[in-house]
Amino acid sequence: MTGLSLFEKLWRQHLVAELDEGDSLIHIDRVFLHERTGGVALQALAEAGHTVRNPQLAFATLDHIVDTFPGRNDNTLMPGGEAFIRITREQTAKSGIQLFDLGDARQGIVHVVSPEQGIVLPGATVVCPDSHTCTQGALGALAWGIGSSEAEHALATQTLRVVKPKSMRVTFDGALPPGVGAKDMILALIARDTASGARGSVVEFAGEAVQSLGVEARMTLCNMAVEFSAFTGLIAPDQATLDYVQGRSFVPKGEVWERAAAVWRELCSDADATFDFETRLDVSTLSPMLTWGTSPQHAIAVGERVPDPASVGDRATRMAMDKALAYMDLRPGQPLAGTPIDAAFIGSCTNSRLSDLRAAAAVLRGRKVAAGVKAICVPGSTQVKLAAEAEGLHQLFLDAGFEWRESGCSMCFFAGGESFGFQQRVVSTTNRNFESRQGPQTRTHLASPVTVAASAIAGCIADPRELI
Amino acid sequence: MDKFTTHTGVAAALLRSNIDTDAIIPSREMKTVSKTGLAGGLFAGWRYVQAREPDPNFVLNRVVQRGSSVLLAGANFGCGSSREHAVWALKEYGIRVVIAPSFGAIFAGNCIRNGLLPVVLTEAQITELAASVAADPQGRRLNVDLQRCVVSDAAGTAYPFELAASQREMLLQGLDPIALTLQSSAAIEAFQAADRKARPWIYLDAPRPVSRR
Repeated sequence: MTGLSLFEKLWRQHLVAELDEGDSLIHIDRVFLHERTGGVALQALAEAGHTVRNPQLAFATLDHIVDTFPGRNDNTLMPGGEAFIRITREQTAKSGIQLFDLGDARQGIVHVVSPEQGIVLPGATVVCPDSHTCTQGALGALAWGIGSSEAEHALATQTLRVVKPKSMRVTFDGALPPGVGAKDMILALIARDTASGARGSVVEFAGEAVQSLGVEARMTLCNMAVEFSAFTGLIAPDQATLDYVQGRSFVPKGEVWERAAAVWRELCSDADATFDFETRLDVSTLSPMLTWGTSPQHAIAVGERVPDPASVGDRATRMAMDKALAYMDLRPGQPLAGTPIDAAFIGSCTNSRLSDLRAAAAVLRGRKVAAGVKAICVPGSTQVKLAAEAEGLHQLFLDAGFEWRESGCSMCFFAGGESFGFQQRVVSTTNRNFESRQGPQTRTHLASPVTVAASAIAGCIADPRELI
Repeated sequence: MDKFTTHTGVAAALLRSNIDTDAIIPSREMKTVSKTGLAGGLFAGWRYVQAREPDPNFVLNRVVQRGSSVLLAGANFGCGSSREHAVWALKEYGIRVVIAPSFGAIFAGNCIRNGLLPVVLTEAQITELAASVAADPQGRRLNVDLQRCVVSDAAGTAYPFELAASQREMLLQGLDPIALTLQSSAAIEAFQAADRKARPWIYLDAPRPVSRR
């Protein structure tokens, strides 16, 4: 009998029943909704005659449609956006689901506020109709993104019917060099093993480089598991996790905390656990990473040159690379560093937490954004914004020439109806460099907060190590 | 839910890898609080030139592709955002089957829930299928049989595929998963009763923290 992986333990703990035809019925401990699909899902559920089984286990926030301008209200720039907000407000109230509405200090991007409020807990199952729900696996939860029909199912039954995914372990060895962080780790992994690399598995991130990351950086790592085609990502909880979780609003206190903490300390893969797939990556030689193309796998180190599709054997991959180069207006062999940019964006569920803003602000301190570069910082939650302001970070952003916004998904994808201009080149801390995601034919280069800050100052793609 | 048993239709080839759900339906095309009205936004970034004129070079706009209902695609089709709108848009446009070497996991799940069949074949097989229809998409239609789990080209070459038994059953019978799961209500009740003792911190029965405005 071999040992069990963390995923296997969580799976067994949440197994309600094995169903006919190979599905497992899995208990869902938390459902999180947002206004893009939450209101519609609740309405569809009611129309079908179903009720929400455990409304106290469901939460909702406004992030996907609301805008991030100071003094905002329900009227966003998005055509029809107000209706999404209104229906979500109405339907959550009817169902008895807590909504972190505009004006509530708990409002923010779902995957920032869920850990921040202690809604996701180690060992819990969490689903949300948003693909980046994998972010929350950083606390040792089994958290995954679903469609809205699945969200309806989770709300009505507090379970999901799931075909059990395969398992994978990615071990990051070594110590991170200065100026290199979780964003660079995950981009390097996807660049090496492709955007299909995880093959639908539950990926456990392990190894000394992961253990040495702060909890917020672990969220960055897990955030892009979906870009690696993972079912989700997760990291075994440790003392840092427990320290992060303790005292947050929805976390147990007193005797129940002691019981929970004792259980959570045991949550890890057994030493002899086996996985369907295993891989390792040494981080000690990593550099800051940036994407050059239109898939997260199109990533290279900041000092490298844009690759040549002719060097790739696989036809579909070559075709995608050709299209990506044309779209990005780049040539094979061209150095990426030094490419002029139009805009810089710091925000999104990937990199908008206090530690991200501190790192970027340290680069910006005493410096100015290059002329002609539109630079925007959108804190991941209202709490992050308030905490940043309390320590004066907002002033560093503003003094450098960044806009300082209210919290939401923002220009990661046209949230709030706002996007960058036609064919603008943007260096961005977000997670997806897909065609037109940040605006009409916008050319997105994904990077870490320090790389975005350094590039904003240089006015072109730049190596942050020269500024820290 | 819509059933899927067998389908014969015109196939269109879009063989790039990593076609994401933002490409299938851009955010700006999801304008209403509704699951319909999305077909016009399908592949909007690729399908139109200025002022929403169809781009004649885009595969689905070619005259010979009229009525396409089977999509042949590259690996990791439907990766990215969980937006079910991608499936709703494909379905409303008339696509019944997508054949790719692999799929984004959430997209594949969304397909099953909406009666759209995701078929996994190898890249080599898909290249062959694309070649078999290229000369005459209207005449050389593909047949997709979920009962036998086989895709056949017009010449009769058969390509067997696999689908999880539960997903196959869901599609063949057009089952409503919520209604099905509610038949297990007693098991869910029993699970929660035991789990509440083992993990009381999960159930949040205490009075809730109030909004701090």
